[in-house]
Amino acid sequence: MTAISPGAPAFRAPTPLGFRLRRVASLALVHAILIAGAVFMLLPFVFMVVSSIKPPGEIFEATFRLWPRNFYGLQNFESALTTAPLLKFLINGLIVCLGILVVQLLVAIPCAYALAKLKFPGQPVLFALLLLGLCIPVQVPSLPLYIALAQIGLLNTYFSMMVPFFLSVFAIFLFRQFFKSYPDEIIHAARLDGVSEFEIVWRIVVPSAWPAIAAFSVFSIVAHWNDLYWPLIVVSDTKLATPPLGMMFFADSEVGSNYGALSAGAAIITAPLVIAFLIARRRFIAGITMTGIK
Amino acid sequence: MSAAAQVIPATTRRQQWVEALAGISFSAPAFILLLLTILAPLGALIFLNFTDYELGAIDFSYIGLKNFNHAWTDPVIRRSLANTLLYVAIVVPGGVLISLFVAILVHRRTRTRGLYEVIYFLPVTSTLIAMATMWQFLLHPTLGPVNSFLKWVGIGEVAFLSNPKLVIPTLAAIGIWQLVGFNMVLFLAGLSAIPRDLYEAADVDGASNPVDRFLRVTWPLLGPTTMFVIVTTFITAFKVFDTVAVMTRGGPGGASEVLLYAIYLEGFQYFHLSYAATLALIFLAFTLVFSIAQTFILDRRVHY
Repeated sequence: MTAISPGAPAFRAPTPLGFRLRRVASLALVHAILIAGAVFMLLPFVFMVVSSIKPPGEIFEATFRLWPRNFYGLQNFESALTTAPLLKFLINGLIVCLGILVVQLLVAIPCAYALAKLKFPGQPVLFALLLLGLCIPVQVPSLPLYIALAQIGLLNTYFSMMVPFFLSVFAIFLFRQFFKSYPDEIIHAARLDGVSEFEIVWRIVVPSAWPAIAAFSVFSIVAHWNDLYWPLIVVSDTKLATPPLGMMFFADSEVGSNYGALSAGAAIITAPLVIAFLIARRRFIAGITMTGIK
Repeated sequence: MSAAAQVIPATTRRQQWVEALAGISFSAPAFILLLLTILAPLGALIFLNFTDYELGAIDFSYIGLKNFNHAWTDPVIRRSLANTLLYVAIVVPGGVLISLFVAILVHRRTRTRGLYEVIYFLPVTSTLIAMATMWQFLLHPTLGPVNSFLKWVGIGEVAFLSNPKLVIPTLAAIGIWQLVGFNMVLFLAGLSAIPRDLYEAADVDGASNPVDRFLRVTWPLLGPTTMFVIVTTFITAFKVFDTVAVMTRGGPGGASEVLLYAIYLEGFQYFHLSYAATLALIFLAFTLVFSIAQTFILDRRVHY
């Protein structure tokens, strides 16, 4: 019982029965509330999995059952995979997310190092402009960006889906904070040894920033895997759709009324990130919440 | 610093040159992208807002504040703004208080903490579009399991998404569902930072019941965390788009039109670009105060 009452002194005499009963009752109440909340949180996930293995007639039966009378999972997943290029959506998602992440890191890391450790003309101005950039949600520049991409004929390309996110001002701030705490002595010593600034960044400072890079990568991939707004604007070609956009096309098409197949499709699209989350729970939670900005 | 101080001046001057050159070249890509993808578009947006430009038009003219005046009297925009604010008014208090409550309950668990964390955080990582589709099935007025449950309990059918009065609260509930786990983790971090002896001291002072402990110790010490959670929740809620685009498309009868969805329709479906530019600036004006607050807190909060 001590585990649940950290504030209680360890030397307390055996508690009277009434007190212990009250503790058990309050513990039961806490779990009852948390489980009720958990049911609400899991509701769409459970429904998705259950519907994906049910035949069409059983999904909306008056009494909800967890396991189907006739297992229909193979048919649902097969029809989901054949009517919509779901695997293609996943590959598109991967290409877009990795493309964005690689450029974000290549751009943000040297800039963050320059802001944290180097003195150069224009530094305060750059910093102020970056602060301004951090305050502007991506939905604001999206209109002129769309016009520009339309003018140069780059709509419906992977590039158009990635370009607004190449600069992550947030990554610059995150890495700048991290680099600031890197000891100056090591950098000076490396300079005296004739190591170039370029090598100092990529060979000496970056390896020490691994936790920040990992956390940012998780944040970036989750954000762009799930983003609908921008892909919806620049892509109308089904072959280029990212998972959320593909899901929207899928739900709009005539398959949309085949609830079993649609649930199977939703499960396929949701699975990669959810599985990654279950495997690397700590890293995911740290990455997404440390960054805390969308 | 000591190593640098011993170096002879000629090398120091050379080092200053190297630093300046490296600094400029290292920050140049970021600066160019900042210019091309944020600052220039922002300038273009402000310019567009004063014109009557539409996509494909060869010619356009300066029309001053006409777009603003139009937005001011446009019933669709007024409705969208009112709906967005109603959504925010439900999601911010709901999303903050519920996640705080859950965090306090989860914080004390030892063996089950990880399990609850996973369950409550799951919606944060999942693709909202896919889950919104599932919510749409669940809430189906006649066939959905939620309504068969309500019928079984005796409440009867509720038209969650087709009743104009219920559609925003329903979307808000889904919005809360999506971000409770995120806020909960932020609160859990805040709770772990509270020293335990403060609770013991409160115990000695006679604040032994949970409500007293919460009001005297937890709440005041969670102040900065709560501030941050409120600001991020506001920004997230104000940007509501995905659930509207998938589940209701602004319906029924405009009852769930929100600001970002209106911008999307005007700009990218009807191609009224100059008008959409004005709407985007209105959107920016609403989020700016909160983004600045977030940036300010963030700059001090990230400890990496």
